[in-house]
Formats: sequence, C-alpha cells, structure tokens
Amino acid sequence: MTDRTTTSVDQAAVRSRRLRTAFAALGMLPVLVLLAAGFQFINPRFLTETNLLIVTQQSSINIVLAAGMTFVILTGGIDLSVGSILAASAMVAVLVSLVPDWGLLGVPAAILVGLGFGLVNGLLVAYIRLPPFIVTLGSLTAVRGVARLLGQDTTVFNSDLPFDFIGNGSLFGIPWLVIIALSVVVLSWLVLKRTVLGTWIYAVGGNAEAARLTGIKVPLVLLFVYGVSGLLAGLGGAMSAARLYAANGLQLGQSYELDAIAAVILGGTSFVGGVGSIWGTLIGGLIIAVLSNGLILAGVSDIWQYIIKGLVIIVAVALDRYRLQAGART
Amino acid sequence: MSATAQKQPSRQPVLEMRHISKTFGAIRALQDVSLTVHAGELHALMGENGAGKSTLMKVLSGAYRPDAGGEILIDGVPAATGDPIKARAAGIAVIYQELSLAPNLTVAQNIFLGNEPRRFGIVDRDQCNRRANEIIARLGVSFSARALVSSLSLGERQLVEIARALSTNARIIVMDEPTTSLTSRETDSLFEVIATLKAQGIAIIYISHRMEEVYQLADRVSVLRDSGYVGTLERADLNASRLVSMMVGRDLSAFYKKDHRPPDAKRAIALSVRGMSDGRLLKNCSFDLHKGEVLALAGLVGSGRTELARLIFGADRRSAGTLELDGKPVSIGSPREALDAGIAYLTEDRKELGLFLDMSISDNISMGVLARDARAGGLRDFGAAERRAAKAVADLSIRTRSAQANAGSLSGGNQQKVLLARLLETEPKVVILDEPTRGVDVGAKSEIYRLIDNLANRGIAILMISSELPEVIGVADRVLVMRDGAIAGEVTASVGEPLRQEAIMELATGAAQE
Repeated sequence: MTDRTTTSVDQAAVRSRRLRTAFAALGMLPVLVLLAAGFQFINPRFLTETNLLIVTQQSSINIVLAAGMTFVILTGGIDLSVGSILAASAMVAVLVSLVPDWGLLGVPAAILVGLGFGLVNGLLVAYIRLPPFIVTLGSLTAVRGVARLLGQDTTVFNSDLPFDFIGNGSLFGIPWLVIIALSVVVLSWLVLKRTVLGTWIYAVGGNAEAARLTGIKVPLVLLFVYGVSGLLAGLGGAMSAARLYAANGLQLGQSYELDAIAAVILGGTSFVGGVGSIWGTLIGGLIIAVLSNGLILAGVSDIWQYIIKGLVIIVAVALDRYRLQAGART
Repeated sequence: MSATAQKQPSRQPVLEMRHISKTFGAIRALQDVSLTVHAGELHALMGENGAGKSTLMKVLSGAYRPDAGGEILIDGVPAATGDPIKARAAGIAVIYQELSLAPNLTVAQNIFLGNEPRRFGIVDRDQCNRRANEIIARLGVSFSARALVSSLSLGERQLVEIARALSTNARIIVMDEPTTSLTSRETDSLFEVIATLKAQGIAIIYISHRMEEVYQLADRVSVLRDSGYVGTLERADLNASRLVSMMVGRDLSAFYKKDHRPPDAKRAIALSVRGMSDGRLLKNCSFDLHKGEVLALAGLVGSGRTELARLIFGADRRSAGTLELDGKPVSIGSPREALDAGIAYLTEDRKELGLFLDMSISDNISMGVLARDARAGGLRDFGAAERRAAKAVADLSIRTRSAQANAGSLSGGNQQKVLLARLLETEPKVVILDEPTRGVDVGAKSEIYRLIDNLANRGIAILMISSELPEVIGVADRVLVMRDGAIAGEVTASVGEPLRQEAIMELATGAAQE
C-alpha cells in the first residue's frame, strides 16, 4: 500500500542493520582484546607464550565443533547432539587404536562415525522435515547412550596411542590441535564464501522457500550441513581422545554443544539463519577460552566460572535480538 | 464551532484534514494533502500503490503524527494528532485488510475486547451479549453474538470488525480494501451494511482499487498521486478514463506498451496444460499458451490463479494433470525440474517467497544459475555473477549504487526488477508472472510492462496473473478468467475491438451465468 514510505523506512532499517551486523562481527574482536588486557592486568602470567598456547589449545576442540555449528545455524537450524557425537567418536577412536597394527585408523573411524550420526540428523531434518531442535535433542540423548554402550559404560584407555601427536605434539612449535582447528576454520571459510554450495547455505538460511522456488535443492543443503556438523564432531572426538589417551562415554563432551552454540552466537551469526561468518565463530570461540583460562588465573572459583560463562551466553543471545530488531523484516 | 455550524448546518463536515504532510527522513510520504468528509457520506480514496493513501489513513488513526502545519478537525474542532487512543475516542475507527480478531473468542467478546462492560469489576457477560446483539441487529446481519469467530466466514469476520467500531461509537469508519478476500455474496452483504451505516449518519472512507465498487458506492472520490492530492470528483462527474488519468498522471495508451504482434492460430504452442487439479481448490484446468503471447490469468482473489501457477511450476503437488512443452510431454515435480525444462515463475510475494534480503543484488540475480556458472570443484565464478548483475542493472535500469548492495536496501520496484532479472538469467521459454507490478511505483510499472512486451517479441510465452483489470487489458493478448478453482472462460480481443473489462468481471464473478 504505502510502498514508497515503507521502503524508505526499510532502507534506513537496512542501513542501520548492516552497521549493527558489522558491529556484531567486528565488535567482538575488541571484546576479545579487552578481555585479554583485563586478565593481563589481574595476572601478568596471562599474556605469556606458554599460557597463550594453552588457551588456543583449549579452545581448539570447541572451535572445531563451533565451525560445524556455524554451518547448521546459518541455515536457521541447530545441532544439540555434537557433544554426544564427540563422545561416541572418541570411544571409537580409542577402541580402534587398540587394534594391533591398525591403530592409526582410529582417526578416520572417529570421523566416519561422526559423519554417520550427522547424516542421520540431516535425513530426519531434511526429508522427514522434523524440527532440528527436536531431532538433535533426541540424538543428544540417544548418541550419549551409544557412547556408553561402546565401552560397556567404562573408561577405555590406550597409553600407547598411535595418534597421540595430534593431542600433544607440535609442528614448528604450534600444537597440532591448533593447526587442525585453524585448518577447519579456513576450509569452512572456503566452502561458505567461495563455493556455490556455500552461497546456497546462506540462501536457505535467509529464505528457505525462496531458495526452493529458485531451484535450490534445499534438502540436500540441509543434509550437507548436518553431515558437516557430525563430521567435525567426529574430528573433535579424535582430537579429544588423542589429548587424553582415553575416552569415557558418560562424561566426555558433556554440554560441549552449548559452548559451540555460544561461540557461534558470540561471533555474530544470526540464530534465524542467513547472516554470519566463520571468522566471527573463531573470535567467539577464543573469547570463551580466554574467559575460562583468565578466570582460573584470576583465581575465580569453579562455581563462579559457571555463572559468568552462563551470563556470557545470555548476553550473546541478547546481542542477537538487538541486531534482529534493527533488521526486522516487514 | 457552533457559529459555523449554525451558518451551514448541513455542510458542516464531520472530518477535515488540512495541509497534511508527512516525511520520513528525506522521503516525503505525504505533501500538503487536504480531505473533507461529510456525515453519511461514502468517500472513496483512490491512487496507485505508494500514492500515500495508507499513510494518510495512519495519520488519521493517530499511528503517525503529521508534520507541523497539518491539522485534523472533527466537527470543526481541532483534534489531537499522533495519538491512536484519542483518535478512537474522537470516533475514528479503521478496519484493516488483515483482520485483528481473536478466533477462539465469541463475537461479543471480540466486539468488547479491552472495553468489556463490567459489573462489580467482573465482566458482565449478559450485558456483553445483549449489547453485542443490539449492534449486530443495527447492521442487519444474521449471526449470533455467542458464535465463535473461528466459525465465521471471512466476510462475517469483517462485519464483526465493523460491529467493534460501532461499539466505540465510531462516526468515521475507514475501510482499507474491504472486499479483497470476500466472495461476491459477502461483498453484497457488506455493501448493504455500508448503506445502513450511511443512513445512520456514519461517514465512510473507502480505499479501493476496484473501479466497479467505487462507481457503485461512492458519493465522492478523492485521488492521491505521488504523495500529493490530485483532486476530488463528485459522483456525477465520475468516469473511468478521468479517474485513471488522475491516478496515473498521464494518458493510458502511453502507459501500457503493446508492440508485440498478438499470436494467431498458426503460432506454435509453447505450453499446453491439461486437466490440472490439486485435490483441494483446483479442478481440471486446461489451456494452451502460444509462443510470443501474453496470456493474462484474471479472477478474484481466492479463485485459484496462484495455486494453478504454482502447480505448473512444480512448487506444489498436483493430484492430476499433464504438461506439454513445445509439443512434448514433460514431467515436472519440483521447481528445479520446471526451471530445467524452461519454465520460470515470478512469485507474487517477493519478500517472503522471492528475495534473499540479506544477500547482495548480484547473488540474488545469479542464484538460479550458480551451478551452471560454477568453476571446477564447485567454486563460485564471481566474475560471471558480476557480469550478469552489471548487465541486468543496465538492461532493467535497476537503481542502486552498487550490485554488491543488499537486496533489502532496494525500493519495491527495484526489488521486483532483481527478481525478474533472476528469472531471465535462467533463459526460460515460458514465463509465469504472478502480480508482476504489485507494490511497485508507477515508473517501475511502465518499465515492467515494456519488459513483458519485449519478452513476447522475442517469442517467449508469458502467463501473467493480475488483479488489476486495466493492466490485464493494457498488456495481455488474451485473458483466461478463473472462478472457484476452475477456468470459467476466455476473453479475446478481435480486430478493432479491444478486451472488455465487463466481460472479464462477468466471468470472474459468475454474473454471466445468472
């Protein structure tokens, strides 16, 4: 009706939305720097080479999970099952590592198991058209059970793990965990920003029905993102097993999905899909790691760490809302 | 107040809007518009989309505050502006296209929602029902105050909205396109209610695009164009060409462009549709579409035009029906298969079903052909996308500072051109356009007509859904009319005798059969 007036209002809204999107993606970098400076002020041991390596190492598994989560959330979905998939994959990694002479296959085995679970999630979301939250809430529980089943509800060990260099070794002084996490981020960027599939992922998240009418095979795109999320959770399982020389189906990966989601949202990716970037996720993951590490160095108790981390997640979602308000689609 | 009222008792307008202007940032949505409405009058407000009608009504209802200098007088007394509650108390009620009723409450509860008659602080249900029945009786309609709104038809729900307006003693009722989703019988009973309201001295401001309704109902018609006031016609002076030229601001023949040669019987058939049904609304729809032809699909809202288009495009599942493209049978089960076969579809709802508002214009244009353009390994060819975008921006004169800007930053007309560009990039043989000029300004409209004409000239077959009859007549070679999910008939032009609006309306409403 009032096309002229609404579009002019739209234009203003779009302009301010873009500003806020840029603020949300870039704006988290200053937050990271400020946090680091603050912790350095409290405890001068924070900005030492040793500690920074610890921080990046600790964040690496979460960043790998969060990279997969970025794919899923960009389509407007959610994957709550990554922590459980990580546990099951880690169990598989350790169990396969115990097979004489074939121990190195633990890594690909873990990745394939993760991919398999992810594809099941994807099939249910894309073709049975169940809501992602419900599908992955179900697999969160079911896959946790599978992880426990794999080790008859015990912890499995391998003190002579053939791929332990992944968890504890370095290349030119950089831990393998960090190299893997950064490679995952770069590869994700390549897929999201440089391939046709990546553009389709943004399109499906931005407007799934329009994507379908444009000839995009939406179910295939969804299958892909849940597959990627599962695969990276499997990789995270291998990384975790390599670091610990052990896996436990009950405890490993508990609530990892929440840290991954928090990293994605902190990174400025919109919860409704279509807007976001993998670099933001990297920064979000680092913020969470800096927070955990810095709070420990500052001598904050374990209990208060939980409270503060929880508040950070809420603030992250509040930021998301704030950004959406500016971009409310009329 | 009383002084002027005594001098001219019968000419005291119930509402005067004087020198109303409204700006949003740099955009002027209304410029010095004045409107006078008398009691018991039906005052039609007409104008193209974006002319400022809704903005003016939002100023009236208090949703917007007019710029300094504008004033609203009710019974000659200046009224508060920019305050919806005071506006309602002053007797102004607006009935919007989207109804705002609670479906799970009764008619009476809806009528008094937020304004319930109470006794001892508790809602007095008996009084509520009794007063609701009184109001319903005033309207002369036949549903009970105790009926659930969810059990009522769309037309009846509209009457509930009117009843709600009456319950607050409204004296000026604004109706915004009230018949858009009504059946012809419901429309008739709405018109009876309108007559009753007028007899009771209530003034009605009636926004409509439908000339027939305006002829039938209006005592006076005011026209807005490009945010400004053009003029007011008395009932005796109403005629179509004058109204249209007031709305469009130029001669009709220059506005529509029809250079392509209408196809004759010898022209090859591009698309042949046989027995399309969806098991719900659509019943056995069949027609042929020739190469280089613009075939309009007319009919009332709800007659099944969009449903038929979506079925042909494979967007919805059909229960029966076959398609032939260039004489060969094709099986189309999804939009992807339709596009591969050479059928493209422009949606009527560009924001919800068409655009990716957060993505660049360039990505939006190339979205359907990304895979075709891709380099080895599925990598994007950004150069190809840029070339396509640059060409489309030039060819369709899309007004933007950069093809990398977000599609959401464009005006309605330019957004529509982006969607048209995306559709053309797929190099279709058959193009289905669903309300191609909905919500676009006059300039973009005539550019879109020129584009349609161009496509037809290039031999592309075009099926155009349109609710605007002047557009149908100005652009199409032939018109199919749908009614209640079936094709009711065809209207053709012959040499020296153009398409007739009346013939289309008769088929659309079923009047021809009665």
